[in-house]
Amino acid sequence: MSQIENEKVLVVPGQEIGDLSHRPGMGTYASDGKIYASQLGIVNERSGYINVQPFAGKYLPRQGDSVIGIVKDIGPNSWFVNINCPYNSMLHGNETQWKVDYGTTSQYLNVGDVILAKINHVDEIKRVNLTMKEHGLRKLSSGQIMTVDHTKVPRVIGKGGSMISILKENTGCRIFIGQNGVIWIDGELEGIAKASQAINIIDKNAQIQGLTEKIREFLGVYEAEEVDTALPLVEEPEAAPSPENEEPEHQDF
Amino acid sequence: MICLTEIKLIDDDGLRLDGRKPDELRPIKIEAGVLDNADGSAYVEWGNNKIIAAVYGPREVQPKYLQDTAKAIVQVSYNMAAFAGDDRIRPGPNRRATEISKITAEALERVILTGQYPRSSIDVYIEVLEADAGTRCAGLTAASVAVADAGIPMIDLVPSVAAGKADGQLVLDVGKLEDNKGQADLPLAYVPRTGEIVLLQMDGHFTRKELEMAMKMAIDACKEIHVIQQDALKRKYTPQSSVNTNEQEAEQ
Repeated sequence: MSQIENEKVLVVPGQEIGDLSHRPGMGTYASDGKIYASQLGIVNERSGYINVQPFAGKYLPRQGDSVIGIVKDIGPNSWFVNINCPYNSMLHGNETQWKVDYGTTSQYLNVGDVILAKINHVDEIKRVNLTMKEHGLRKLSSGQIMTVDHTKVPRVIGKGGSMISILKENTGCRIFIGQNGVIWIDGELEGIAKASQAINIIDKNAQIQGLTEKIREFLGVYEAEEVDTALPLVEEPEAAPSPENEEPEHQDF
Repeated sequence: MICLTEIKLIDDDGLRLDGRKPDELRPIKIEAGVLDNADGSAYVEWGNNKIIAAVYGPREVQPKYLQDTAKAIVQVSYNMAAFAGDDRIRPGPNRRATEISKITAEALERVILTGQYPRSSIDVYIEVLEADAGTRCAGLTAASVAVADAGIPMIDLVPSVAAGKADGQLVLDVGKLEDNKGQADLPLAYVPRTGEIVLLQMDGHFTRKELEMAMKMAIDACKEIHVIQQDALKRKYTPQSSVNTNEQEAEQ
């Protein structure tokens, strides 16, 4: 139990991290009345659950997540989208803002197009259905995308969105981060380059402390040639992150 | 005791050819996360064995008919390099490699929480760069570290080691000559958390009592190896080491 009181405890799979006075959360499993880590990561405890925040791992789609995907295949009524996870996902014509007639799907989205979508439903065998019906979900027709490990998404966003706003302010870019680790950056070329460099630094140094300062420093070096921030900022679904982004623990790796 | 071999595997002081005591492991060095392009990886130096393990996945199953709607499948490919042993071996899969791939996959399947990733595949590649007996155990030891490094949920790491009999005496972590000239070889993999044995093979002859003692010897050694495995994973994330844990790719 002393392990849990002390923050930032690094655990390996099979390590005991508590008893059943807590409930086993993400990255853990219960056995013989005890809770063990199932992944390599850092222990945290929140609202009665013990979780292990993993360092690595593939993205597992969850209902309600905002993701960025690339259209991989077209059906007569639907698109198949790669959302950077082990499973293919489907976007049905009815789940878009367009009125898609049978066989006309390619008029709206084609192979290689990038979309901002939300996970509508995931069933028990992990068939994923996307939706683009909600406000702000759309096709991304300019800018660049890059991929980081989905476990680092909370670090790129920062506590209460601090990191992402620093990035946006200092590069003049519109940035959107999908829960699946795909990041869309749009703006002036210099700004995009700067932002993607900064995100690479975050990706490589996700475990260290004072990352926000480091990024501020990195962006500050180039302050003289700061890009004009005249671009309208995209309305920001990431400003209202899902619960896992709000937790302060991510800041304290 | 009758010496069954033409060379003495255990000398008069009770020491083995490489100077080890009968119940002593060869030096083991494990490093996690050595490959950038794999999802998880590990490098093991175990005596003169040098082995790299890489893990990809969970990812889509290829070919499709192998997929299981209830759980992830574990596919292992064990490959010994042509230059790994004393004599060059013909490259490519052979009977031995197929067998080792299968038993390793079955051992890993027991510890990986496959139910969390239905319809997917976890692919493990074990490459033996230099072989000096005990590569199936070292390979499994490396593979389980690589699986944990890939962030795949698992019950525990799987240490593995062989016990054997040389010159009629039980020995731990069988070396090359002891393997070739000895009387028995018993590779064993053990899950310290649950006490399960996930791999047990025997080649040669043990008495019932010897078998029990050899198993106990191997299990105790597995607990030692387990600590080395845990340490390898923790070392990757200890402070100041700004290790590159993941590949990043920028797409247009």
